[in-house]
Amino acid sequence: MATASVTTAGVGTSEQYNYDIVRKFAIMTLVWGAIGMFVGVYIASELAFPFLNFDSAYITFGRLRPVHTSGVIFGFGGSALFATSYYVVQRTCQARLFGGERLANFTFWGWQAAVALSALGYMFGYTQAREYAEMVWPVDLLILVVWVSYLAIYVGTLMKRKQPHIYVANWFYLAFILATALLHIFNNLQVPVKLFSLESYSLFSGTQDAMTQWWYGHNAVGFFLTAAFLGMMYYFVPKQAGRPVYSYRLSILHFWAIIFLYMWAGAHHLHWTALPDWTGTLAATFSIMLLLPSWGGMINGIMTLSGAWDKLRTDPVIRFLIVALSFYGMSTFEGPMMSLKDVNALSHYTDWTVGHVHSGALGWVAMITFGSMYHMVPRIWNTQMYSLRLINVHFWLATIGVLLYIVAMWISGIMQGLMWRAFDDFGNLQYSFVESVAVAHPFYVMRALGGAFFLTGMIIMCYNMYRTIRQGSTEAHAGLNVATA
Amino acid sequence: MEWLLWFTRFENTKPLSLAIFFIVFCGILFYVFGSKKRGERLESHKNIPLQDDEI
Repeated sequence: MATASVTTAGVGTSEQYNYDIVRKFAIMTLVWGAIGMFVGVYIASELAFPFLNFDSAYITFGRLRPVHTSGVIFGFGGSALFATSYYVVQRTCQARLFGGERLANFTFWGWQAAVALSALGYMFGYTQAREYAEMVWPVDLLILVVWVSYLAIYVGTLMKRKQPHIYVANWFYLAFILATALLHIFNNLQVPVKLFSLESYSLFSGTQDAMTQWWYGHNAVGFFLTAAFLGMMYYFVPKQAGRPVYSYRLSILHFWAIIFLYMWAGAHHLHWTALPDWTGTLAATFSIMLLLPSWGGMINGIMTLSGAWDKLRTDPVIRFLIVALSFYGMSTFEGPMMSLKDVNALSHYTDWTVGHVHSGALGWVAMITFGSMYHMVPRIWNTQMYSLRLINVHFWLATIGVLLYIVAMWISGIMQGLMWRAFDDFGNLQYSFVESVAVAHPFYVMRALGGAFFLTGMIIMCYNMYRTIRQGSTEAHAGLNVATA
Repeated sequence: MEWLLWFTRFENTKPLSLAIFFIVFCGILFYVFGSKKRGERLESHKNIPLQDDEI
């Protein structure tokens, strides 16, 4: 295997930067990744083999599903974003985190508590039943305080920067922090039933409530799962490739276009409902327009490797990053297509949507996170990765896992959509609902298998990282030369 | 203050917002690609992540 030598004089700057908080969030990224993905595989298996419910209310699909989504989005993804954003903002601003150790540690413990309390709450049946925002109101308030602290740390660090220009990755991270604050507050406007009750009622009702929910839901995808991870991409792809991003000017255009367009697209989740038709058309129009900045960003990331394509053969970390961008391109083509009303009439409420979400979540979000973690973790522990071979194994397990998952869901979803709207010669529905469930069974098994592949890769990553951290050190070593062989 | 009522009508605000957003987009496009000198300055920022090891 070829050797990629990376000089990391930055590791000698442990005192200059607060890497302690980055390490904490990096470890919890791995922990939540393993937990969240395990729960995902379990509930996928429940759908294929219902006996796995074991007649226990606590582990039914309905209760475990938000444990899975919160675990992977907020636990795994959120911790990865905290870790990388704190790492990137310090290094590109050449400034230590604003607010000292205490404020940064507060964001760590506050965020972990929010995710853990949410997960436990869901198993005990406490939810406000808003997708991706199931947390009960006291947890919402905790998240609010943590998020405002995060914003203060981020903006404070930018303000005391020594580098005159704010690098574009920070623009994406900051947009994610601001937009998430806005989304979280407005989607969670609610009135508790009693002061000491975990139940509450939304301030909105009917269609407006659904509209607010999907304005939140889609922008959680747009800003939490896209813009923020694009920030990750704009730092870690150039770093791992050892060459600057293909076009900085394109990144500026990419940023403003994607930030503006995403906010309007949420209503495409409510096609063919009580939502006024023009609102859905507006959302679909913006969704189609989103294809341009999305692909502009993908091309900008992939073309960063221009002239160094051989790294794809020799460096599994680069492979993670570039395959992530490929999945990003694929799912940002699929999304606008599914937002068209005619396509949506077939795809909505079917497994196609589930497959689409996972091509983005596993293919883009998780893969770019894996690549970034494999770059960052050895640097913050002043060492090199324990095993490049295990990274390679992880890459193939993850790639095969995603492909199994999305192919299964495509077949199952399109089949469901076609069966649900098939009529016989007398104008009656040709199939009963349960018939569409029965034919989906083999694809549910295939999906669970895909998830198991992905989870196995994640566990291998945890082992590789554990061995890496064990051999590493948090002491400062000036001018350490990290050779990844 | 009656002129403010003009903004309450969608047939006025929709084309107005379209014009504003389109002009802003053209402005960003011109700012980014309109000047060779500014373009070179903007492109120089792409080296920031690669410089952070040297500092």
